[in-house]
Amino acid sequence: MTLTVTDLSITRGGVPVLEGLSFQLLPGKALILRGPNGIGKTTLLRTLAGLQPPLEGKIEGAEDQIAYASHSDGLKPTLSVTENLTFWAAVFGTYDIQPALDAFELNELADRHAGNLSAGQKRRLGLARMLVTGRPIWMLDEPTVSLDRNAVQMFADAVRTHLGQGGSALIATHIDLGLDGEVLDVGPNKAKPKPIDDFDGGFL
Amino acid sequence: MIALLLRDLKLAFRAGGGFGLGLAFFLIVTVMVPFAVGPQSSLLSTIAPGVLWLGALLACLLSLDRLLALDWEDGSLDLLATAPLPLEAVVTVKALAHWLTTGLPLVLAAPFLGVLLNLPMPGFFWLVISLLIGTPAMSVIGTFGAALTVGLKRGGLLLSLLVLPLYVPTLIFGAEVARRGATGMEVQTPLLMLAGITAATIALLPFASAAVLRINLR
Amino acid sequence: MSIAAKANALWEYANPRKFLETSERVLPFFWIVSTICIVVGLIWGFFFTPDDYKQGSTVKIIYLHVPAALMAINCWLMMLATSLVWLVRRHHVSALAARAAAPIGIVMTLIALLTGAIWGQPMWGTWWAWDPRLTSFLILFLFYLGYVALWEAIEDPDTAADLTSVLCLVGSVFAILSRYAVNFWNQGLHQGASVMRAGAVTGADTEEKVSNVFFYPLLACIIGFVLLFIALVLYRTGTEIRARRIKALQARERVGG
Repeated sequence: MTLTVTDLSITRGGVPVLEGLSFQLLPGKALILRGPNGIGKTTLLRTLAGLQPPLEGKIEGAEDQIAYASHSDGLKPTLSVTENLTFWAAVFGTYDIQPALDAFELNELADRHAGNLSAGQKRRLGLARMLVTGRPIWMLDEPTVSLDRNAVQMFADAVRTHLGQGGSALIATHIDLGLDGEVLDVGPNKAKPKPIDDFDGGFL
Repeated sequence: MIALLLRDLKLAFRAGGGFGLGLAFFLIVTVMVPFAVGPQSSLLSTIAPGVLWLGALLACLLSLDRLLALDWEDGSLDLLATAPLPLEAVVTVKALAHWLTTGLPLVLAAPFLGVLLNLPMPGFFWLVISLLIGTPAMSVIGTFGAALTVGLKRGGLLLSLLVLPLYVPTLIFGAEVARRGATGMEVQTPLLMLAGITAATIALLPFASAAVLRINLR
Repeated sequence: MSIAAKANALWEYANPRKFLETSERVLPFFWIVSTICIVVGLIWGFFFTPDDYKQGSTVKIIYLHVPAALMAINCWLMMLATSLVWLVRRHHVSALAARAAAPIGIVMTLIALLTGAIWGQPMWGTWWAWDPRLTSFLILFLFYLGYVALWEAIEDPDTAADLTSVLCLVGSVFAILSRYAVNFWNQGLHQGASVMRAGAVTGADTEEKVSNVFFYPLLACIIGFVLLFIALVLYRTGTEIRARRIKALQARERVGG
């Protein structure tokens, strides 16, 4: 499944942040999203995931294809690791959570409540959730926060396996994951402020 | 959908899930009423249907701000919104879970509290019936209010301000059924109105709740 | 001019700049005419109409009570209409007009309730009764409060406009439901709406009619209130547009212009 973005403009809180963004994400490929803080990487991922409408431009091939991992993992502290994963697997209509447990070495923690996990373990569980969605395009927002070196490796392996199976990934990150993906730097796409006399559209 | 319902029920019964809080609140409010209005049994039996309805309504209201806020804070709502499940179904399931964990227990507890307030004998049946029909509407309307205020830091008070006026028709017809039932009058008209309001809110309001939630998730 | 062209001409005023220019031009007219109507209506009504044979001079509060009550309801209807326009056509001015109207609606509802209480005291012997009409207005007041509170609580203006619009729609349905519920719950003391019935004007109606002597000054007051309401909404919408403009300029500054 190819994700094609054409001339996309996005807004945050009604203010345009990125404009004129075009790229293509082919199956089996990873794109590393780069750009300074506050440029709108999270907003871009949310827009692609369909959580907010774009201001302009086209997004093709995203419908029901995207698994999105935000800063928060959607975990319930009073449910066990298995229960958390089983729930998300059921919501996405896939029912086998074992590969996800294996990939992020969560088998030993399977019966622990998510609330008792360390930050890094929680993050691993959150990323394992991507596997149970069964969706081909992963959108990851700073996935390696609070992961140790070993877990980062685990994550990189999981992404490689996913790409090997024909999936694709768009990853906003500042560290080097050792993936041979292209870099998508959105810095040049920073939206220019609207002209000061745009009273009709922007109240300016 | 069933997975979501089961999860919400599980969460409610686990530690810190808040199950029973509404029930305890209902009990306490009912116990406080005689302290406030005096112990004369004739007075208590007159106001019992209304007091019990109001108590159930407030107990329902109490648990609304957790209904969607917790899923909002931990990011579950974002993920649910990108899942194959339509948001209309999500809010409906959420309302159902709220009813099962809050509304239904209130309905079952109401007759026991009715004893404390000298509710006249024929009133018990109609109290339970009216609450059984009315509380689902309160859960659905409450879900709408929760969806409106989900993104706000201190949405609790605002939630009450928004939801309570919407509860007025349900309260009027529901309490009217219980009151008429207690005094042996015919209850058909208000009962039909109550059932109509509940049916209409269940059928239509989830669309508004989902729309509002989508706006808040942007 | 074809109908389509006319409709387009109307939407032109959805442009904030055009709206400001036009409203500033017509506002003086609305201020002056509404003031004249209200002053004339009140003086005429207070000093040049006879006392009612049953209600005495207390009846004269009708010149404030009825127009305020009418505007309290019509204000909500206006908010409903502008909310719909915002949801369908995304004209910012429309949403801002709804926001601007709400506090006016609150004041009108309060005037109606207060004058009603003052009137009710000598007539019914009580300041307040849980009469369906009074109760409905009280509920309407609560709806207004919730609506305004929601506007105030949300920071992002477009999100606030969307959410309050949906609340206005849903609230309207529940307000009507409440009206029926309240009617069912208590048949009241309040006389029927006596102004807009044809019989009331011709004098062919029952003793609850508003007779001709009272009707013309009342009509002047009603017209005055309508014009005053329009003037206030235009004025306040202008203020809201400017407030939005300040926000937009500040946001532009932050992005780094």
